[in-house]
Amino acid sequence: MPKLSSLTVSSERTANLKVKPGQSQALSDGGLFVRRRQPSDYVIALAGNPNVGKSTVFNHLTGLHQHTGNWPGKTVANAQGYCQADGQGYIFVDLPGSYSLAARSAEEALARDFICFGHPDAAVVVCDAGCLQRNLNLVLQIMEVIPHTLVCVNLLDEAAKKKLKVDLALLQQRLGVPVLGMAARQGQGLEQLLPQLNRLLKQQGPTAAMVPLRVAYPAAAEAAIAKLQPIAARYLTEPGMARFICARLLDGDSSFSQALEEQFNLSPASAPELFDLLASLKADISREPGGWEAFQDSMAAAFVRQAARLCQGVTQQSDHRALARDRRLDWWFTSKWTGFPIMLLLLLLLFWLTISGANVPSQLLSQGFGWLELRLAAGLSRLGVSAWLIDLLIHGVYNVMTWVISVMLPPMAIFFPLFTLLEDYGYLPRIAFNLDRSFQKARACGKQALTMCMGFGCNAAGVTGCRIIDSPRERLIAILTNNFVPCNGRFPTLIALITLFLIGSASGWQGSLLGALLLVAVIVLGVMLTLLASRLLSGTVLKGVPSSFTLELPPYRRPQFGRVIGRSMIDRTLKVLGRAVVVAAPAGLLIWILANIRLGTGTLLQHMTAFLDPMGRALGMDGTILSGFILGFPANEIVMPIIVMTYLAQGHLTELSGSALAQLFVQNGWTWVTAVCTILFSLLHWPCATACLTVHKETQSWKWTLLSFALPTAFGLLVCFTVARLAAWLL
Amino acid sequence: MTMDQLKPGQQARVRRLRADGSMRRRLQDLGLTPGNEVCCRLISPLGDPTAYEICGALIAIRRDDAKTVELDCQL
Repeated sequence: MPKLSSLTVSSERTANLKVKPGQSQALSDGGLFVRRRQPSDYVIALAGNPNVGKSTVFNHLTGLHQHTGNWPGKTVANAQGYCQADGQGYIFVDLPGSYSLAARSAEEALARDFICFGHPDAAVVVCDAGCLQRNLNLVLQIMEVIPHTLVCVNLLDEAAKKKLKVDLALLQQRLGVPVLGMAARQGQGLEQLLPQLNRLLKQQGPTAAMVPLRVAYPAAAEAAIAKLQPIAARYLTEPGMARFICARLLDGDSSFSQALEEQFNLSPASAPELFDLLASLKADISREPGGWEAFQDSMAAAFVRQAARLCQGVTQQSDHRALARDRRLDWWFTSKWTGFPIMLLLLLLLFWLTISGANVPSQLLSQGFGWLELRLAAGLSRLGVSAWLIDLLIHGVYNVMTWVISVMLPPMAIFFPLFTLLEDYGYLPRIAFNLDRSFQKARACGKQALTMCMGFGCNAAGVTGCRIIDSPRERLIAILTNNFVPCNGRFPTLIALITLFLIGSASGWQGSLLGALLLVAVIVLGVMLTLLASRLLSGTVLKGVPSSFTLELPPYRRPQFGRVIGRSMIDRTLKVLGRAVVVAAPAGLLIWILANIRLGTGTLLQHMTAFLDPMGRALGMDGTILSGFILGFPANEIVMPIIVMTYLAQGHLTELSGSALAQLFVQNGWTWVTAVCTILFSLLHWPCATACLTVHKETQSWKWTLLSFALPTAFGLLVCFTVARLAAWLL
Repeated sequence: MTMDQLKPGQQARVRRLRADGSMRRRLQDLGLTPGNEVCCRLISPLGDPTAYEICGALIAIRRDDAKTVELDCQL
C-alpha cells in the first residue's frame, strides 16, 4: 500500500515546532505552514464534528470564502485566515471535521495532528446544538490537549425549530471554559467570539478563574497513567502534554503512536523505559477480568459518559414534529420506489433548466460580440494595423475567446448556482446513501459518491476530497476513477455538442428536454463506468474487501439563496471562465504559430493533424479533434476552442454563432457519429494537468498518477473505437 | 438481537459492540455505547446501508457493520 501524503509528516515540521518564541514563528500541518504576521498573533484551531458550521464561522470571522455546503467533508485541506480585533491579531485554522481525536481517515489525522502537535494558542470548538452530547465528546478530548478552549454551540436556530432548549450558562459552569451560543448562518452570536477569546487567552474577566473540566478515567487507567506520567515527562519538551500522551498510549491507537514517533521521536527505540513500563502495565491489565478490550472500552466510554452527564439538564427537547418533516423528505428521497426516480428527475431538471435557459443569452452574447467584432476590425485597420495581425487578433484570439464566453458562460451561470442550492439543501449525502450498495458491490466506499459530486465542479478538487474516505485502498480507487465524471471544463463542451448535433430538428422545450435527457445519459454512463473501473481496480492492482464506514445524513437546511447564487457565480462560474479565457489566449497564439510555420509541404499544424488523423478516424473523430484533446491537456475548457481555431486556421469563417459553428463542423466532415465520439472521448480521456498533479500530490507516486492518466484514456479509446466500428457497420 | 435486525421505526438500547479496532472506536464516538438508544430510520433503495438515529443524528451504516452491534430487546 502506498503511503498517502497527508499520513506522512515531514521532518521539516518537527524542526518548525521547535522554533524559539519571539522569532518569526511557523507552524505546519501536513505541508501547511501557519505563519504569524506578528509574534503576538494568536493561532486558533477551529475544530468540531463534521457539518456543524465551522467554515461558516471561519468565513464570518476572516472575511474569506471557504466553500460551505450541507454535507460532511467539504473542508478537507485546512484553510487559514487572519482577523484582528482591538489590536490583537488572530490566525484561524479551519480544520476538517472530526468526531474524535481517534482518527480514522487522512483528513481526521490532519485535524488531530494540528490539535495535538501544531501548538495552537487556543481551540474554538464548534458544536451542533441539536446533537450536543456527541459533540461534547470531541470537546472533552480537545480540552485534554488544549486547556484554552472556547465552545461555540452553533445551529441554535435549528434547535429552536425543534423546540430544543440549551442551558448555555449551566454548560459553561460544568465545562469550566467559556461557552457561546450562536446561529452562524444568520451571523448571530458571532460578535462575542473574539472578545471572549481574547479574555480567555489573556486570562481576564470572569472566565479566568474557571477550571477546565478534566476527564476522569476509570480507576485502573488513572493508576496506570500516574505510573507512566513522570517517565513520559522526561522525554517531552512540554510536560503539560504528558497526561494526554500517556492516556493515548494506553488507548493503543496505532495511528497516534505513529504520529507520536514522528513528532516527538517517542518510540520503543528512543524511550525504552517508557514503553517497557507500558508493556508490563498492558500485560497486568490483560490479566484482569474482561481483559484488554474491556479496559480500552472503559477509556473510550470515559468521554462518552462524561458527555452524557454534561448534557443532563442542559438540553431539553419537547417537540419531535420538526424531525418528522425531515423524515418525510427522507422517505421520498431514499425509498425503494422513489429514491432513484427522484434522483434522475432532479438531474434532468437541473440540465433542462440549464440548456433551455442558456439558449437565449447565448444567442444575445454571440450577436453582441459579432457586432463588436466588426467595429473592432474597422477600428484596427483605421489605426493602420497590418491585415495579417488583424486576422490573428480578430479571427484567431477574439473569435475564440468570445466563443468561449458566449457558449460557456450562460450554462455555467445557471448550472452552478442550481447545483450549489442542492448542495446547500443537504441532498448530496442522500445520493451517497442511495448509491452505496453499488459501490459496495464494486468493493469501494459509498463516500466515493460525494467525491464524484465534487468532481462535477473540478476533478482536482474531487481528488483532494477523497481524503474523506477512511480506507487507503478505497481512497486510491476514488482518486483513480474521479475523472469519469465530467468537470466544469467539460460540461460546456458536452452541452454545446449535444445541442448542435444530437437534438436534431426538435426545438423549444422539447429540444432542451431531449438535450437534458442525453446529458443525463452521459452522466449515468460516467457513473456506471466509475463503478466498473472501481471493480476492475479492486480485482487487480488494489485487491481487497470493502471496509467499514459511517456516513452522516445531515438535516435539511433551507438554502441561503442570495448568498449561494452570488458565491457560486464568483467562485465557480467566473473562475472557470477566467481560466478558460486566460488559457485560451496563449493557446490561440500557439495554434496560430503552428498554423503559420511551414515545414515542407504544409504547416506544423497540418503535419500534426495529418499524423493524428488515422488514429482520430479509427476513433470516430479526426486528427484535429484529437489534437484539440492533446493540446487541451493544460485545461479541458480549451479543447473546443482549439478545435474551432484549428478548423478556422485552415478554412475561413468570420462569424461564429451557434449555427455557424455547426456549419463549420459539418464543413470539416462532422456527422452525428463524430459528435457522439467526441462527447464520449470528452467524458473518457486523461485528466487535465492540474488534476494529474493533484493525484501525484495525494498519492506521492508517479505510478498511481500514470494509472489515473491511463485508466480513463483506455476506456475512452475502447468505447470510441467500438462506437465508430458499430456506426460504420450499421450505417 | 443485532442492529441490522431492527425494522424502520423500531428502537432499542445498545448492549455490546463486537467490532474491533478503529471502527469500534468510531461507533463509540458516534454514540453507540452500552445503554444508549438507537432507532432505525431509513433503508437505502438498494437494501443497504441503513440509516439509524443515534444521539440525535442520522448515521448510515452498512449491514455487515450493523451486525456487530448487539442490542437489548426492543423498547
